[in-house]
Amino acid sequence: MAHITASVYTSHVPAIGVAIDQGKTQEPYWQPLFRGYDASKAWLAANRPDVVILVYNDHATAFSLEVIPTFAIGCAAEFKPADEGWGPRPVPVVKGHAELAAHVAQSVIQEDFDLTIVNRMDVDHGLTVPLSLMCGQPSAWPFAVIPFAVNVVQYPVPSGRRCYHLGQAIRRAVERFDQPLNVQVWGTGGMSHQLQGARAGLINREWDNKFLDRLIADPAGLSVMPHIDYVREGGSEGIELVMWLIGRGAMGPGKVRVAHRFYHVPASNTAVGNLILEAA
Amino acid sequence: MALDKPYADVPGTTIFDAEQSRKGYHLNQFCFSLMKPENRARFKANERAYLDEWPLSEDQKQAVMARDLNRCIALGGNIYFLARIGATDGKSFQQMAGSMTGMTEEEYRAMMVAGGRKIDGNRRLGEDGDAQPHRQPQGAAGRAKIAKGA
Repeated sequence: MAHITASVYTSHVPAIGVAIDQGKTQEPYWQPLFRGYDASKAWLAANRPDVVILVYNDHATAFSLEVIPTFAIGCAAEFKPADEGWGPRPVPVVKGHAELAAHVAQSVIQEDFDLTIVNRMDVDHGLTVPLSLMCGQPSAWPFAVIPFAVNVVQYPVPSGRRCYHLGQAIRRAVERFDQPLNVQVWGTGGMSHQLQGARAGLINREWDNKFLDRLIADPAGLSVMPHIDYVREGGSEGIELVMWLIGRGAMGPGKVRVAHRFYHVPASNTAVGNLILEAA
Repeated sequence: MALDKPYADVPGTTIFDAEQSRKGYHLNQFCFSLMKPENRARFKANERAYLDEWPLSEDQKQAVMARDLNRCIALGGNIYFLARIGATDGKSFQQMAGSMTGMTEEEYRAMMVAGGRKIDGNRRLGEDGDAQPHRQPQGAAGRAKIAKGA
């Protein structure tokens, strides 16, 4: 039987990928941020999963306005890093886990979550920056990755509550998979940021840290927070944080232990958060 | 019955909802086309000619050529799609975001390093934060406007 053993939450700012790819991680601007991930990398090396279900959003890369699925699961054998207009990031091709992905799709669709099954998809910084932050620069990613894309670009996006319940359904699906796999679910994006208009550059440190507190201790209560609170308090792009609730739902109803917590401002336009939760 | 849009009173913010998406479909698809290097080259060689291949309004074409991202967003653009224009121009997300505030690149970067824009006064229209309509443009451009008594 497969098990979900831990969940990781992290921002996925594109400029972080650029800093890693261009060897700038020790520059004064970036050094405090990457120092915050040293403990995360060490934790991951000691707690290496077989598969990561990586919840992220596509940023107008794989999905144009022709079709934007609310939830999409990557069921292919591999996924190439996308050219987002600057050329593809020089990172390894992402190897999927088609069997588990198909199993999860089959299970959660029958629990009323309408996933779109995707068999060809390039993956953008939303997926590759978390891998780089947690793994550094290996020649191959050290585990299989199931890309799980959530629409947070075209409003209305799914509610926090729906994301939380979806995470619970993913947990049930994984626990019914008949191979002894160690699975982690990662929720990515956020934290507070706004990339548009006169309010661009918004950061709300207090709200972000409250979000982290509640994600740890009161996820059900947090999950009913309405969209407008994310937008008003965390910025128009802070809405990405609904994706963290999928990871939290996947931890199940039991107690969790905080293995690592880190918060830093800024990375480019964004507040960066990183949290690791283990089953207690 | 009108749709409920509780986000309409957030200052300096346009939510890319189904209505904006409808208005901006072709504008955003034009931006998406710039993911291909050959399209970036054709756009750079003759912006007007490339834009004329798309069923955009004249307002949308003018906003793109002026790189007026606030106007592009008002006309249905979405920032992640508009970022393809920035990438074509060699601009970062920070440069693009900063350009929408009226601040210089240095001013915007300094604001971020100092902890970012404050939330107080910027939650709702009618407050007095720096993102409110009556305080635009921001930075030195705004101070110059005040000095002139405008």
